[in-house]
Amino acid sequence: MLKILKYSFFDLIRSRWSYVYLLFYLLLGFVLLFLNEDLSKAVITLMNVIIILVPLIGTIFGVMYYYDSKEFTELLLAQPVKRSSIFIGQYLGVSLSLVMSLVIGLGLPFVFYGLFQSSAIFDFTLLLVTGALLTLAFTAIAFNIALYNENKIKGFSYAILMWLFMAVIYDGLFLMFLVIFDTYPLDKFSLIATMLNPIDLSRILILLKLDIAALLGYTGAIFKEFFGTNTGLFSALGALMIWVVLPVFNIYRKSKKKDF
Amino acid sequence: MIKIDNLHKKFGKNEVLKGVDLNIPEKGIFAVLGPNGSGKTTLIKSILGMVVPDKGKIFIKGKETQQNGAYRSDIDYLPQIANFPNNLGVKELIKMIKDLRGVNADYDELIKVFKLEPFLNKKLNNLSGGTKQKVNIVLTFMFDSQIVILDEPTTGLDPVALIHLKNLIKKEKEKGKTILVTSHIMSFVEEISDEIVFILEGKIYFKGNLQELREKTGEADFEHAIANLLMKDHA
Ligand SMILES: Nc1ncnc2c1ncn2[C@@H]1O[C@H](COP(=O)(O)OP(=O)(O)OP(=O)(O)O)[C@@H](O)[C@H]1O
Ligand SMILES: [Mg+2]
Repeated sequence: MLKILKYSFFDLIRSRWSYVYLLFYLLLGFVLLFLNEDLSKAVITLMNVIIILVPLIGTIFGVMYYYDSKEFTELLLAQPVKRSSIFIGQYLGVSLSLVMSLVIGLGLPFVFYGLFQSSAIFDFTLLLVTGALLTLAFTAIAFNIALYNENKIKGFSYAILMWLFMAVIYDGLFLMFLVIFDTYPLDKFSLIATMLNPIDLSRILILLKLDIAALLGYTGAIFKEFFGTNTGLFSALGALMIWVVLPVFNIYRKSKKKDF
Repeated sequence: MIKIDNLHKKFGKNEVLKGVDLNIPEKGIFAVLGPNGSGKTTLIKSILGMVVPDKGKIFIKGKETQQNGAYRSDIDYLPQIANFPNNLGVKELIKMIKDLRGVNADYDELIKVFKLEPFLNKKLNNLSGGTKQKVNIVLTFMFDSQIVILDEPTTGLDPVALIHLKNLIKKEKEKGKTILVTSHIMSFVEEISDEIVFILEGKIYFKGNLQELREKTGEADFEHAIANLLMKDHA
């Protein structure tokens, strides 16, 4: 598996898009930090960008890489390599190269800014961890969608729709639900609804850590109330990890049964 | 060497293999024939584990094939349609496959024979169909495994390359290998194969050597004998 990971990883590292992605984060990081004198404000802006953009990039790179490497996959399938190694190796190649772009792209500006002397280092680290987990989750979901769809156009459309749903539509539906049923106790419902969307989960996770009451919102408050800040933080982190583990497990399961 | 037991495979509603039993002996060239879409490639891909059979077992060297695919190190496979990663150069691809297999590979001689030197640094999607097929052949024959499986190896080759290919196959046979080949070029099959199987409607319709085929069909000419097999059934 390591060999396949290596080939996929370097294949992506060589591609122009990885650099565009890296550059974007470098730029974003520098601009935010030097325009915003306030570090925690910069972190909040970054959070808003990360929880929307990172899933989108993970989704697009995930489906694109799967379909683009179809030939490579076919070649590998005839070699003495385990099937699961082929797919998990490719998945890790894509997702880790994206994580690397994210960490380097945002990390460098912060290091320049003197992050290590600042108390914001934990907030910032959590931001990167969340970004990394989101990348891993959405790339895995995208791989799943591609595995189930032979047709590239279809797979691509489903993947984008999935992202749109998670990033935009879900919140709308959720709010509508809260408004319509506002006479009922909705604590548990909100909690579960948040767990079911990795993007919402990430937002809560970061806001809990920043502990800015005004920004926490309804669900954040529930999380805090329900678990307390620390337990809330860890349960959100745990739930986010499940969002990585389940899709990856399904890649493993589905790839075993597929015909080529 | 390769034993297939009651192999079934369908794609959706399309039942391609409906109980194939086959025993491929240790040495010699074994040709799998049949009309387009009869399931030759499906049979081969089942042996390689690229297609997952619905039912049935496959044994290689007496051992049932496993999901982990380790048994594939005994097989050199030439796919019918050579799909290569487009962004790689020929040399890069050869090196990569060698690295992935983790065994020795002899490709210098093959590159010379097929005159591929000018293309070594070209990207694969810029090669002509026949040149791609030559690369495909190099990738297959550069290893020295006991079993060689060739799915339509002649596709797109010019006469010179075809002669080289035949020589290569014969040389592998002399080493005592098990060679499985499919082709629609009857003169090619007639020249190289020791035994043939004919697949029709998901089953083995005929198995035997050329002599037996002639006797069964009453046709002296190989091409006609095969055509005879085909037409009799479809009538
Ligand atoms: N991955 C797949 N998904 C769906 N159907 C498939 C798949 N692979 C093959 N088939 C179908 O299975 C049947 C047998 O195909 P196969 O490629 O095995 O034929 P073949 O004997 O190799 O034909 P040819 O002589 O044209 O190479 C065809 O009807 C084909 O459409
Ligand atoms: Mg075929």
